[in-house]
Amino acid sequence: MSSATIVNLPDPSTARIPKMNFLTRENGLLSWLLTGDHKRIATLYLISITFFFFIGGALAGLIRLELLTPQSDLMAADTYNKVFTMHGLIMIFLFLVPSVPATIGNFVIPMMVGAKDLALPKINLLSWYLYILAGGVMIYTMMVGGVDTGWTFTAPLSTHYLNTNVISAGLAVFIAGFSSIFTGLNFIVTIHKMRCPGMTWFRLPLFVWANYAASILMVLGTPVLAITLVLVILERTIHIGVFDPAYGGDPLLFQHLFWFYSHPAVYIMILPGMGVISEVISTFSRKRVFGYTAVAFSSVAIAVFGFFVWAHHMFIMGISNYAALVFSLLTMLVAVPSAIKIFNWAFTLYKGSITFETPMLYAIGFMGLFTIGGMTGIFLGATGTDIHLTETYFVVAHFHFVMVGGMLMAFLAGIHFWWPKWTGRMYPEKISQFAAVVTYIGFNLTFFPQFILGMLGMPRRYAAYPPQFQVLNVFSTAGATVLGVGYLLPVLYLTWSLRYGAIAGSNPWQATGLEWQTQSPPLTENFTEIPIMDHEAYDYEWLERQQAKEVASV
Amino acid sequence: MAEVQHQHPPYQRHHFESVAQQFDATNFAMWLFLLTEVMFFGGLFTAYLIMRNWYYPAFVEASHHLSIFWGTTNTAVLITSSFTLAMGVWCAETRRKSGLVLCLVLTFILGLVFLCIKGIEWHAEWVDHHVPGLRFSDADFINPALDPSIYKEYHDRPLSPGMALKTEEYFFLYFAMTGMHALHMVVGICILGFIICRAWAGAYTSGHVTFVENFGLYWHFVDIIWIFLYPLLYLISRHT
Repeated sequence: MSSATIVNLPDPSTARIPKMNFLTRENGLLSWLLTGDHKRIATLYLISITFFFFIGGALAGLIRLELLTPQSDLMAADTYNKVFTMHGLIMIFLFLVPSVPATIGNFVIPMMVGAKDLALPKINLLSWYLYILAGGVMIYTMMVGGVDTGWTFTAPLSTHYLNTNVISAGLAVFIAGFSSIFTGLNFIVTIHKMRCPGMTWFRLPLFVWANYAASILMVLGTPVLAITLVLVILERTIHIGVFDPAYGGDPLLFQHLFWFYSHPAVYIMILPGMGVISEVISTFSRKRVFGYTAVAFSSVAIAVFGFFVWAHHMFIMGISNYAALVFSLLTMLVAVPSAIKIFNWAFTLYKGSITFETPMLYAIGFMGLFTIGGMTGIFLGATGTDIHLTETYFVVAHFHFVMVGGMLMAFLAGIHFWWPKWTGRMYPEKISQFAAVVTYIGFNLTFFPQFILGMLGMPRRYAAYPPQFQVLNVFSTAGATVLGVGYLLPVLYLTWSLRYGAIAGSNPWQATGLEWQTQSPPLTENFTEIPIMDHEAYDYEWLERQQAKEVASV
Repeated sequence: MAEVQHQHPPYQRHHFESVAQQFDATNFAMWLFLLTEVMFFGGLFTAYLIMRNWYYPAFVEASHHLSIFWGTTNTAVLITSSFTLAMGVWCAETRRKSGLVLCLVLTFILGLVFLCIKGIEWHAEWVDHHVPGLRFSDADFINPALDPSIYKEYHDRPLSPGMALKTEEYFFLYFAMTGMHALHMVVGICILGFIICRAWAGAYTSGHVTFVENFGLYWHFVDIIWIFLYPLLYLISRHT
């Protein structure tokens, strides 16, 4: 084995994909649509969220095309409003929120804790059907003309002034919310009650901790969004409201209720990604994650702090100065657990035996981009600078660095990392490394100019802008094209690898998690017998002893 | 291996190691689900408390128009139904089939009685023009003497037209909160109907009581929501 790679594949001349696995166990459409198997549901989720990702991506392409020129010429201004609203709604509720938890989490968490399935398989399937229903209602919304409130449904704009399809869009988000509640609930129950013998809390992989923290946010936050949307819908239908000042309501109350969910939702969208990064960084530097306990607790700390910072979205909306002060301070505090993670990953790399397989490239990309995204969050969390920067492209760049540079990078890292486990075949390494680099370059080219645009004062959510901003916007649009190629490539070569990829064997990365100690693709019940966890997480010496034992017994 | 599996009771799902684990997990899941329900209603309670603070006189006088008799009766009905359901769970645990069916049917009837009484109250609001958006007039609050029965009891002072408008806000929240609660009752009654059929066939008296017990948790939760709604909507503005 050369030192440049840790990939350890079985001999290709004799290797076979195990005949009996979760993909081949049953055949036919119904065996998929009525399945209780978490791995099959994860596969269904993976296909559906990829579909919606590309719809959302096409809308993003339209936005960038429109912004190529200062005038609003590709589409009318109100069409532009609909396009960016639909882009936000689809990307947030139908892609980012379910991305890592419902696909990768669904697939690996039961295996990581040594269980045969999630605790509630039928609820898991129900969650997917709710997701599909939500997606259907969202597509219906688009078909009948879309909605132009922005993804935030800001009242009284959404309740009073607009005649677009707020109700069906709200309904779609409401349903998608219940889908994510059920996923989160299932994870919490599974992690509490389904761990195998010997699997103590502090032997759980950090991916499980991160998803646990995100699940708490889903379970506690999403219902508040649900009731808020119910009130918006009621207000639109019977014109009596708690939000619209014209009816005696309070628009700030809407903001409070909406951001009480939607700020924690930001952490729903990043925590599972951080879990992926912990796994990948450890595996490709052959070291236990530095400060395991600190990283585990930092996930929980982010979840807890995440509930007490929501008003930083409202600094310019007329909340009291004292409230702004307190929320600004609390916002700064979230930086602490986030920084703990970044520093601990960096220390994991220190003196590790690092190799640069594709998941690692994405993970390193994540660390850079998330750090920039997080640091610019400090600018926005400080009340003074926020007044200048809020509602400009600075905000757009900030959250795209966290969501796209963070979560999407992590999602791709995870997909590549667990692809051999999922399908039993390797993805082609060289072209995927190329795709990772293209994504990184394209991403920076797209979103870095937007920081400058925001600083210069270009407001978000307008189809037209003053001509002096055009150069930076052209950079951004060009970058979006590169980024599009970076996202299209994995779809192509991952599909190709389903048939032509090298046989992966059960543990190509020589990783330590329990999911790697079973065949790929796994059996429907994951393990032939329930494993007993007799070592710490990320114990590479245990793995070496294990492999030595296998060689000796052959 | 196959023989070992046959020792499992038929209701144990394949992915659980033991019946105890299965019960633990589903029970825990039910509590978590109730937690999400708490957060769901929490949004409504927050809105109510803020609005009540803002438009205090309107909320006080509007709440005088609710029927304390029916509200109290309904509270008693609902608490009794929780008692009969708790007895039902006990019957299931001690494997008394006829006792279980009797208790479930009583709960079912009490649930329907609750909804009927709620319907009577809503109808009264309709007659009095207190249904926001559809049939509303604030005349009762600009001139309280128009409704002599309530005026005799509370001697409400006339509200300014601006404040009288806010009574609509009260009734909106009243309908939203009691409506959302009633919706949960309807769902509960439907599930209860299903459980009665299954109990009749002897499903829950052979040792597997998880479903009945978890449903009991749901029913008690809906009961507790009412225990908070009742004082907030009916009682706290009763002093004259």
